[in-house]
Amino acid sequence: MTSPPTSTEAGRWEPVIGLEVHCELRTETKLFCGCRNAFGDEPNTNVCPVCLGLPGSLPVLNAMAVEFAMRIGTALHCQIRPSLFHRKNYFYPDMPKDYQISQYDEPINVNGFLELPDGSRVGVERAHMEEDTGKTTHVGGGGRIHDAEHSLVDYNRAGVPLVEIVSRPDIRSAAQARLYAAELRGILIATGASDGRMEEGSMRVDANVSVRHPDDELGTRCEIKNLNSLRSLVRAIEYEITRQIDVLESGGTVLQQTRHWDEDKGKTGALRSKEEAFDYRYFPEPDLVRVVPDAAWQADVAAAVGAMPADRRASLAALLGADGTSGARTDQISTVVEHGLDDLMTAAVDRGIGAALVLARTANEASAEPERARALDPGAYTALLRMEQDGTLSATQAKVVLGDLLENGGDPADLARNRGYEALAADSLAEVIGDLIAAHPDEWERYVGGDDKKMAGFFTGLAMQATNKKANGKAVAAELQRRRG
Amino acid sequence: MTTALALAEQVRTGTVSASEVVERHLAAIDDTDGAVHAFLTVLHDGARREAADIDRRVAAGEDPGPLAGVPVALKDNLCTTGVPTTCSSRILDGWCPPYDATVVGRLRRAGAVVIGKTNLDEFAMGSSTENSAYGATHNPYGPDRVPGGSSGGSAAAVAAGFVPLALGSDTGGSIRQPAALCGVVGMKPTYGTVSRYGLVAFASSLDQIGPISATVADAAALFDVIAGHDPLDSTSLDRPAPRTAENLGDGVAGLRVGLPLELVDGVAPEVAVGVRRAAEVLAAAGATVTECSIPELTYGLSAYYLLAPAEASSNLSRYDGVRYGKRVNGADVEAMMRATRAAGFGPEVKRRIMLGTYALSAGYYDAYYGQAQKVRTLIINAFNDAYRHADVLLGATTPTTAFPLGAKVDDPMAMYLSDVCTVPSNLAGHPAISIPFGADTDGLPIGVQVLAPALCEPLIFRVAEVLEEAAPAVAAPVLASATWTGR
Repeated sequence: MTSPPTSTEAGRWEPVIGLEVHCELRTETKLFCGCRNAFGDEPNTNVCPVCLGLPGSLPVLNAMAVEFAMRIGTALHCQIRPSLFHRKNYFYPDMPKDYQISQYDEPINVNGFLELPDGSRVGVERAHMEEDTGKTTHVGGGGRIHDAEHSLVDYNRAGVPLVEIVSRPDIRSAAQARLYAAELRGILIATGASDGRMEEGSMRVDANVSVRHPDDELGTRCEIKNLNSLRSLVRAIEYEITRQIDVLESGGTVLQQTRHWDEDKGKTGALRSKEEAFDYRYFPEPDLVRVVPDAAWQADVAAAVGAMPADRRASLAALLGADGTSGARTDQISTVVEHGLDDLMTAAVDRGIGAALVLARTANEASAEPERARALDPGAYTALLRMEQDGTLSATQAKVVLGDLLENGGDPADLARNRGYEALAADSLAEVIGDLIAAHPDEWERYVGGDDKKMAGFFTGLAMQATNKKANGKAVAAELQRRRG
Repeated sequence: MTTALALAEQVRTGTVSASEVVERHLAAIDDTDGAVHAFLTVLHDGARREAADIDRRVAAGEDPGPLAGVPVALKDNLCTTGVPTTCSSRILDGWCPPYDATVVGRLRRAGAVVIGKTNLDEFAMGSSTENSAYGATHNPYGPDRVPGGSSGGSAAAVAAGFVPLALGSDTGGSIRQPAALCGVVGMKPTYGTVSRYGLVAFASSLDQIGPISATVADAAALFDVIAGHDPLDSTSLDRPAPRTAENLGDGVAGLRVGLPLELVDGVAPEVAVGVRRAAEVLAAAGATVTECSIPELTYGLSAYYLLAPAEASSNLSRYDGVRYGKRVNGADVEAMMRATRAAGFGPEVKRRIMLGTYALSAGYYDAYYGQAQKVRTLIINAFNDAYRHADVLLGATTPTTAFPLGAKVDDPMAMYLSDVCTVPSNLAGHPAISIPFGADTDGLPIGVQVLAPALCEPLIFRVAEVLEEAAPAVAAPVLASATWTGR
């Protein structure tokens, strides 16, 4: 096995990638019944005749799920249209009816796109609604169905609403796939439709990967399942690209397969071939009627969808002016948006704090505690940043006080005082420095004579000693400058 | 004459207690059902409890409802809390639903007493009730004859006088065909009028629950009780259900009756004669009867036997041994599912699952399922055209009267032809009723059918009542129970 493809190999081989992202919707109840939609409850406690598929039970569509699906469609610039549910028939023990109610050739959202932070655009073929399956735990053997001693099924997840977002095969690298998945995650969270938690399985990614010579027809693709983190996504795609190139370069052909990503081994393995693929025998679900969202509902949904990450990043970048497009700043802006702290940042800038300082504190410190930061009083946050900006607190001190503020709230001035940072008022610092200059005339001469770097350090050190470290370095430097004239 | 309505009146006024009514009917069932085999489960204790409750309410001055104390039999594909619901299939061995079908709740609220669960063709697939894992039901008018199907147990229970009312389900004629063969009234409502919640699905886009009774007025009363919007069924019409009882007695003067030759020609001569005599009755009562032709109706059966099995193949997937009912163990989960389904389903169910699976398969979908859906649309359009010139249509319910037990069990195509006159109404979602109208020379009942556009239930009951009043007299069934009263 060779190492992941490099740009030189990419010259010969072009990966073509499409992603299918399943996201669980944050509805109170399941897609077709009134059971709670919750992660982590006791197994088989959120179940009823409908989601257990008991004989005689019938599905009733959850309007909130339709609304969330439309929000996702709106955010992805899709055309939202009248849609129909189909049955996807196959036998599996965690699927109570042995068919999944899904959307097939008339999905609710079609023909959208997603613009990535790097400016590239990935087409979205469709984003349709479907129900989730239960969850099977195989006990004994290797934890896989075929050698297990027995299996346990938890139907709490059965019937949880999903939206499956299918991209066009517009992605050309594992890195771009990561960017797409991360951006999509941000969009799902921003719409309020999903919490996007990959570790809890509320966002799951399948990758369709093929390679070709640029401008050739599409190569044969493999679908990789079980990608539960962005890291797995990148590793699996890189592995698969390399595997396919190896197969082709050694004269073989890539077989159309569904492959499983083994995180521990770092490999994909064949699950089933095209010939073994299920015939799902899709047909219109006769227990449900067509979903026809009227114009008023669509308008309400469009209004409920807030600004998307791309727009929000652009707004923050605008606060920074020309600086807003530099690489480091772009990353910081993405972080702020990802954690939903753009309002906090904007509030501080509006109240007169320099955008660069606000961005730094918001992206680096506040983002470490995103939930608390989102709950922060913008006035208090601004007051803290103002103390740093005007030199009342040093950067180090400001970070400590910000930590306290996130932890307990309160008035930043009080917090600073509690830490013993109450600084010296500007006139008392001036007095201290005046005394120091008087006590060290030679050194002052050298400072004035041009050896300012070294001597500034000398005087700052003394000022710190004299003030018990309460002096702000910047304020000391400013005072020295002032006195030199 | 103790019709359901008369019984309810007696119970409500205290002339007779619900407990007496229930005891009388339980005794009749215990006496005679050995020969008929209409019931799979008789709810002695439950019915007595419910009757005692009705009596308490009457004594307390309450009105227990329009069907107070009336014993009702349920086809055993309707879910009943804690009571086995078998669908006449081994695969549901031991399964008791944790909930009641919506119609069962509506019956209880109307004061009716559920007295038992009746035999059917397995999962309602059949036209003779011979496809039951629990043995065939016998036609009370001829013990060597089939009662029709699939609601054969419910029709036979009413015919024998075990109950004045029963519920059946009709996917391609499963209420009307056995009603015709057993000499009782059977009605299939407009699709979406009666909730399907708790009806074990056969073919979801065609299934509809409906009343079976000895008289038209009783059928209308039962329909009025079970019809109405149900938020648990997405295909339930969100509008007030048509009320039928109040229009009874309005007669048919001025009504335009179409007589489609496709529902008259080609049936057994004695049945055709019955239909023409029924037409004369309506004409004499002031209706205008006009012969017409709706050639599309002849394609109904072929479309039906693709669409219904296709939906069934999917609806019956859930019987896999994992969660409830029968399980036959196997080396792995797939082997377990195969063994369970092989042992649990009877031959007709397997045949239809195979047919339906094939009709939905990749490469065949368009030719079979897709084509059948187009035929369905053609039939709806053809009905709509016919209803521009007629208010109702009149025809035979079945091609023949009750055929001998065993006669068609080895010839599925011959059995399927039993539904030829009834499937078009299911494909169109329209209401239709079968009314007994005389008997053939063997004394076997003949049924005639009244069809109408969607939501025209009041109309078909009115027409049915006129026919009922003028119907030729028929001898009592051979297997009449002590509670049989005729009409």
